[in-house]
Amino acid sequence: MEKAALLETITALIPNAKVIEEGVDRPAIELPPAHLPEAAKLLHDTDDFAFDMLCAHTAIDRIDDGKFELIYQLYSTKFHHYLMLSVKVDREHPVVPSVSSVWRIAQWHEREVYDLFGVLYDNHPDLRRLFLEDDWQGHPLRKDYRDDFMLTME
Amino acid sequence: MSVKVKTLDDLTLPPPGADSPLSTQEYFINMGPQHPATHGVLRLLLRLDGENVREVIPVLGYIHRGIEKIGENSSYRQTIHLVDRLDYLSALMNNWVVSMVVERAAGIETNDRIEYIRTIMAELQRLQSHTLWWGVIGMDLGAFTPFLYGFRDREYATDIFEETIGARLTMNYIQPGGLMNDIHPNFVKRTKEFLEYLKPKIDEYDELVSGNAIIQKRLVNIGILSAEDAISFGTTGPVLRASGVPYDLRKIEPYGVYGKVEFDVAVGQAGDSWDRYIVRVMEMRESVKIIEQLIDNIPEGDYMTVKVAKAIKPPEGRYYGHLETARGVIGCFIVSDGKDKPYRFHLRTPNFNNLWCLTKIAKGWKIADLVAIASSLDIVIPDIDR
Repeated sequence: MEKAALLETITALIPNAKVIEEGVDRPAIELPPAHLPEAAKLLHDTDDFAFDMLCAHTAIDRIDDGKFELIYQLYSTKFHHYLMLSVKVDREHPVVPSVSSVWRIAQWHEREVYDLFGVLYDNHPDLRRLFLEDDWQGHPLRKDYRDDFMLTME
Repeated sequence: MSVKVKTLDDLTLPPPGADSPLSTQEYFINMGPQHPATHGVLRLLLRLDGENVREVIPVLGYIHRGIEKIGENSSYRQTIHLVDRLDYLSALMNNWVVSMVVERAAGIETNDRIEYIRTIMAELQRLQSHTLWWGVIGMDLGAFTPFLYGFRDREYATDIFEETIGARLTMNYIQPGGLMNDIHPNFVKRTKEFLEYLKPKIDEYDELVSGNAIIQKRLVNIGILSAEDAISFGTTGPVLRASGVPYDLRKIEPYGVYGKVEFDVAVGQAGDSWDRYIVRVMEMRESVKIIEQLIDNIPEGDYMTVKVAKAIKPPEGRYYGHLETARGVIGCFIVSDGKDKPYRFHLRTPNFNNLWCLTKIAKGWKIADLVAIASSLDIVIPDIDR
């Protein structure tokens, strides 16, 4: 589907979705965290979209705004169209629903984001650290992360 | 709302007071992190019943270097040197994806010569990666000869790289705005010699391994990954194509000069280990075809379109780009805040996504089959851990 038509159909079906106009290189919408599982299911199951592949999921530490921005890059192997999903959660209480029941790969992407950013995923089947040891303190990709052996540029 | 975070012990230790009523006792065993069949420091924690695999729990992080964090403290040009160390058998493609995203973000134009050389180099790299993989799968299945043959043939390709680039593994060749240096005067001649050398060798691969009854018994109908599962598990590259999904970015969204060449996308049907094997052998022939169409037509031009000394500062925004490496889709996500370093530098790596289907398709097979299945996924560990 063309970019404008795609965004129009999505906003008609998911009223809480807000179209992101600036600073993106593909169709993009922003969602409130509470509506994520429902919207993910719609995007995956609706025949017009068929977003069956989650290409990438990651987070951005927007420390100045006190938010984590979670990015989901979706792709449809049927229609070859893309969508970027953005969800902003509070940096102090970063809890967001898991989408691993919709795209199975999300389970491990979410574990990575938990490990490196400390975002907690509700309803995740196996939320553990992925790269670091279970008793590691802190989450290294946060902008304010410091530890004793870090080499800093300042 | 409270979310419970688990540890590895929660999965492996029996609950207190539990006494197994079963006549057989299941047990956990570590395969890796130092195990020849895991091709690096991958640790698979196996729940076994005798030698039947009941569950595979990959435990990662033994070669986690924090490349994304280092990337946030490096200039855009410096990040090129980091991504070589992901999938070291696709170093040039990793260079290319970062260059591609940075070029698009900063509005840097390239010329035809650069794109031709990039495409040829990428296909040469695919050939050397697949020849290595072909040798290694032979060794994993107990045949040592393919390993020596594979390395012998790969040597030719690495020699060609060495002559132009000066490095054999971590190449740092493709950079935003062009290439590190122009191709060596011998490059065209030697590449053609290499193709003439390799073509009969691929037939030899078929005679030696593909047609071998033992190899077929070890691969056919083992570890079947359905198309639906392959997509849901996020697999790409030969693993996904072997399950019958013709998803190849070189064809669907041609980058470089892939739009100008004729080639077929190798697709499997059943999604078993055999299909993953044969798809890669077919891809070697296609890569030869692609290079043959390009090698005589490299246009004249500069190998760089921007000054190296100039710092790259893309405008604020979020940029995502991807391309097809030897193992699947590598994606690069850059968040720029207008400075000369990325605010966030994320890499969607093919092996990270290809690994997890193992937790499903290896279930129920013997340990020896697990080795065959893992080898057919062609996993490179530094790419998973980053």
